[in-house]
Amino acid sequence: MKILGKKNIITLIIILSVYLVVGLLMNIGIIDSYIQLNMVLIGVNIILAIGLNLITGFTGQFSLGHAAFMSIGAYASGIATAKLGQPFIVGIIAAALCAAAAGILIGIPTLRLKGDYLAIATLGFAEIVKIIGLNNSYIGGAIGLNDIPQYTNWTWLYISVVGTIMLAYNFVNSYHGRACISIREDEIAAEAMGVNTTYYKILVFTIGAFLAGIAGALYANYFFFIKPDTFGFMKSVDILVIVVFGGMGSITGSIVGAVVLSIITIFLQGVPELRMVIYAVVLFLIMVYRPQGIMGDKEFKLFNKEGVLDGNVSSK
Amino acid sequence: MEQIIQQMVNGVSLGSIYALIALGYTMVYGIIKLINFAHGDIYMVGAYIGFFLTTYLSIGFFPALILSMIICSLLGVIIEKVAYKPMRNSTRIAALITAISVSLFLQYGMMYFVGPETRTYPNILPNSQIKLFGTEAVIDIKNIYILVVTIVLMVLLQYVIYRTKTGKAMRAVALDRDASELMGIDMNKTISYTFAIGSALAGAAGVLVGTYYNTINPLMGAVPGLKAFIAAVIGGIGYIPGAVFGGFFLGITETTVSAFGGSLYKDAVAFAILIVVLLVRPNGIFGSNTKEKV
Repeated sequence: MKILGKKNIITLIIILSVYLVVGLLMNIGIIDSYIQLNMVLIGVNIILAIGLNLITGFTGQFSLGHAAFMSIGAYASGIATAKLGQPFIVGIIAAALCAAAAGILIGIPTLRLKGDYLAIATLGFAEIVKIIGLNNSYIGGAIGLNDIPQYTNWTWLYISVVGTIMLAYNFVNSYHGRACISIREDEIAAEAMGVNTTYYKILVFTIGAFLAGIAGALYANYFFFIKPDTFGFMKSVDILVIVVFGGMGSITGSIVGAVVLSIITIFLQGVPELRMVIYAVVLFLIMVYRPQGIMGDKEFKLFNKEGVLDGNVSSK
Repeated sequence: MEQIIQQMVNGVSLGSIYALIALGYTMVYGIIKLINFAHGDIYMVGAYIGFFLTTYLSIGFFPALILSMIICSLLGVIIEKVAYKPMRNSTRIAALITAISVSLFLQYGMMYFVGPETRTYPNILPNSQIKLFGTEAVIDIKNIYILVVTIVLMVLLQYVIYRTKTGKAMRAVALDRDASELMGIDMNKTISYTFAIGSALAGAAGVLVGTYYNTINPLMGAVPGLKAFIAAVIGGIGYIPGAVFGGFFLGITETTVSAFGGSLYKDAVAFAILIVVLLVRPNGIFGSNTKEKV
């Protein structure tokens, strides 16, 4: 497949035109600051969900601690930009690298576990990260880290989201991505076929943490202010819900899930007392009536005219 | 020395609470392989029922305890029938999210009805203290109540599980679901009994914690719920004496850590213990090893 093939050029044009059109709408004020705020939240959620989808949806490893990586990223970027006065690009890189390093550190011991035990161990790590954050006075402890410069804008958000989608898409359709999917389908069989399961599990965990770090940096540098409680168990659950709701093993599903759930959340803000109750009921109904999620494990494709039905075999 | 004895006393009381909640976790996990995240919130509901019974109907400690257990066991059965039964054949992750949604529903539904503020339990137990072995360490009468109630309930549970037909059915279903169904065991009934017993124990723990610590709020179930789950995992999930051991172990460890000035880190220590146990013995300290088969 040529890099400058017809498909890629069309995709590139679409990506650029969406960027320019939305940028224009922001400049002339049709997209106001309230919509912008929600767009940032949706973008951050898309990045988080895609990262977790690589871990849970494609490689089949339960994680209930994804918010911890976001928290590490947010604090890394917060420290770099607010305390050390670095530009945003340094903040993002620091966030991604710190989160990825944490991913390796946490992944090596815990990924020996399976299923529910892995979920509980990752939950435990996330709580430990939160408690350390609460008791560390350098980063503000329970009060939180203040005065983070607001660097996140449409350009950064768009580049990060598109970059995440491209990274995930290319990873999943590569040799390594297929190795990860084989681990999800049957770990023993994959190992028997010569897939280094430990290596791939840690690799994908690290990529997920890396992406969560970027999301954390975007979050911290948009909302000025972060505190450890923001990245607790509920945040991890929110991310997991987006992944499952969108469809495990579907990147487009994660995008759709993030958008739909964010819109639901926006509507529920009208009824603050019953917000979480309705959210719980919605969650329950989704799990009962559509446990495979909106997209299942299918991808939305623009180019399906060549008679190839399954996206995974399209690389001729 | 007094310090150590005092912390042991506190630790045993806290451990009793954890053990009671952990029993419900371990029984439910043993039988349907589901981490019942809503279990901690049943404990919260139990505390509120006890609060309303003792405050507004001003009935005594033991009737409140028993009524709370009965209502909680009904609640547990309803949750199982409404929420978990449709998920029985779905994926693990869908069942897990369902459990989380039930937990959120109970927490915030309760908050909607009773308000988010903290409530204070009335003093329903005599307020006397006993000095221990002539030292400065004191045992509150409440500590004794908690320990005695816990032990009585555990003996009862042991009797139900090992001496009755229902208990036998529970053990059979936990061992092999399909085979026990073929032997004529009514699966739905057995699962309902398990939820009923587990939730009753959580309800009892709720009333005990209300009388011991005096304050309750709608989100009080989340952290003890997780801790109790840790306790169940430490002891080997699905194994009942393991949950009791795990509960006491965790309670005593936590009070000891607090006593040495680490009260801010006591939750972190609990999770660290969990991770270490999972890494060294993934099936818990008393759990049996399962071989992986193709």
